[in-house]
This record gives sequence, structure tokens and C-alpha cells, in this order.
Amino acid sequence: MSLDRRAAMATLVADRGDDLLVVPGLGSTCYDLAAAGDDDRNFYLWGAMGGAAMIGLGLALAQPDRRVAVITGDGEMLMGMGALATIGVQHPANLAVIVFDNQAYGETGGQASHTRNGADLTGIARACGIGTCLEVSDKAGLADLAGRLKGLKGPLFACVLIDPNEPPRVLPLRDGVALKERFRAAIGVKA
Amino acid sequence: MTAPVEAGPQDVTANTTWPDDIFDVLKRADVRQVGYVPDAGHSRLIQRCIADKDIRDVVLTTEEEGVALAAGAWLGGQRCALLMQSSGVGNTINMLSLSRSCRFPMLMFITMRGEWEEFNPWQVPMGSIVEPVLKECETEIYRARKADEVKGLAERAVQQAYGDERVVAVLLSQELIGKKVWTK
Repeated sequence: MSLDRRAAMATLVADRGDDLLVVPGLGSTCYDLAAAGDDDRNFYLWGAMGGAAMIGLGLALAQPDRRVAVITGDGEMLMGMGALATIGVQHPANLAVIVFDNQAYGETGGQASHTRNGADLTGIARACGIGTCLEVSDKAGLADLAGRLKGLKGPLFACVLIDPNEPPRVLPLRDGVALKERFRAAIGVKA
Repeated sequence: MTAPVEAGPQDVTANTTWPDDIFDVLKRADVRQVGYVPDAGHSRLIQRCIADKDIRDVVLTTEEEGVALAAGAWLGGQRCALLMQSSGVGNTINMLSLSRSCRFPMLMFITMRGEWEEFNPWQVPMGSIVEPVLKECETEIYRARKADEVKGLAERAVQQAYGDERVVAVLLSQELIGKKVWTK
């Protein structure tokens, strides 16, 4: 059983409030986030593969009164798995790392990722000491995750099993400097 | 038969003051996050950061994590610096695209290996290409060869990194750190 990626993203960021900051991975999760509605407090990635969770950590440590959600793909998470160990050491209360797992590299033609052949990202996150680790594969589980994200008491890791389809791409802004500046302005940090 | 050899005391910087100079510069610049992979040459500076209540010390599994950490910190309004040794530079290259594409400040202090009194030849291949590789990544490079140069160069690097939103590296020559002691 698995979930539609666009519907899953829309559920997670619905009624997000001013305090939810979202960092997607490059590729499909970036398009999913853009499709759910542009927001200045989204920091879209067009590169930096393997870096999404660590960007989320730096942001969460700098903004302890806001919630940070990294929502990335299985391939992106696999490239930066050490970040889970680093997050396990830091245990930021305001950070959620959510992996949309379609067991494939969607951006490059759908080749199998390691999660299709046994790699267990949720187990890895748990073994790294991340307190709450969830596997989500149905709408009830997704609703539960969305609720936990609202009242985030992290750190939280969730692996969301999603359908291996490729919806039409929704491309957000690509100018990195502009993305950075509008994000910082939206949360009121000084230059 | 090869005689067993083990590393000697790891805090090769215990009797030096340049790590304190860097620490003071970071404090004056209000750096609030310091990422590092454990490193003998940075051991004193790392200890100072861990002991400071206003600095969040973030131990990393690989240096590229630190580049992403610094980007996130800046998005959230904090300054972050990264401590590594020369072999770690190779681990940062693709992630520095993040700093360059978005003009995130990236301040790195790099202890050099493989260039002076080096026992371990495996340190030479990466150590010898740190400068050209960083230059290709549009990095402003400052090289400290003597202890009394460190403070001034660190101050310039801070200004350039956070003021101009640039990638800046301060290379700390191996002469500053001393010879790694290998004893029976």
C-alpha cells in the first residue's frame, strides 16, 4: 500500500502556519512542494544532493521557535545518511525529516534505489537515536504524521511509502540567491 | 615482523595559542554554530567551542554535511564556521555548489596535512591539491604559515565570508600544527 505523492505533500503542508519552514530535496519532492503552493518559507533545492537534512539541521538550530520539515526523496536521503547520525547527536526538538520513498531514482529514469532491495531508512534513523521514527503507508498514517508535525516534539523521522508515478513537474524559482533572500526576509532575519 | 606503533598524544595543539586566536575571532563575529569532523590539529579549538555555552558544536560524519549545515544556519539568521583537515576538502566540493549558487557565506578553517614532516604519504595526494581545487570553487584563500599571522587572516576571512557572502578558506600550514607523534 502506498500514497499519492502530491496528495501526501499537500496534506503535510496544509494550514502550515507562519512557523513551518520547509526544505525539500532536489527533484520530485521539490516539484511536489511547489505544486502544493509556493511559499517564501520554502527553500527549494535544485542541487546539493545529500544535503537537505543538514540544511534542515542548521536551520532548526538557528530557529528553535519555528518548526522545520525536510521532505526529501529516498535517493537524496541515501546520499546523505550520515546526517541521520549527526541529527541523532544534536536531537533538535523542532526538526522533522520526512522521506518520500518510491524506491526509485525518479529524476533519472526510475532506476531502483537501495530501499527497493532491503535498505531500511526508518531502521537506520532509529538506530541513529532519532526518538520518533515512523513508517507511513496509508491515509491514517499520513494524518497521524501531519498531526505530529503540527505539534512537533522532535526530532522526528518518517518514511512515507509513495506510488512510483511521475506527476507533471511544477517548477519553482531556480535563482538560489533570490530563494535565500526571500526566505530570510519572510522569517525576519537581518542581512 | 613490524613493531606495533600507536599514535602519541593527540592534542598536538595543547601548547599553541593560535587556536585561541581563531576562537576569539569567531566569538567576536558572533558565530553560533561550529561544524567539525574530529581532527588533531583542531583539537584545542574544538574543545573551546564545546566548552562555550553560546556556540553549538556539531560533530559531523563528513565535511560536506558542514557545508549544508552552514547554509541552513544562515537561512535561519546564524553564522556557522566549519573546521576540517585538508583531506576533508575533497569531501566538500559538490556541496560547495550550494554555497556558490545561493551565495551562502562559507567560512572554513583547514589544518594542512601532507606538506611538511608528514609521516603518512597517503595524506599527500589530497593535501597537495587543496589550493587549486578550492580556487576552482571560487574560494578566497588565506594561508597562515606562522602563528602570529593567524589572527589577522581569520579576521579578514570573517569579514569576507559573512560580509560579502563568499566561500573563504583559512589554510593552517602543517608547520603550525607540528609533527604528528608516532611512538612505540
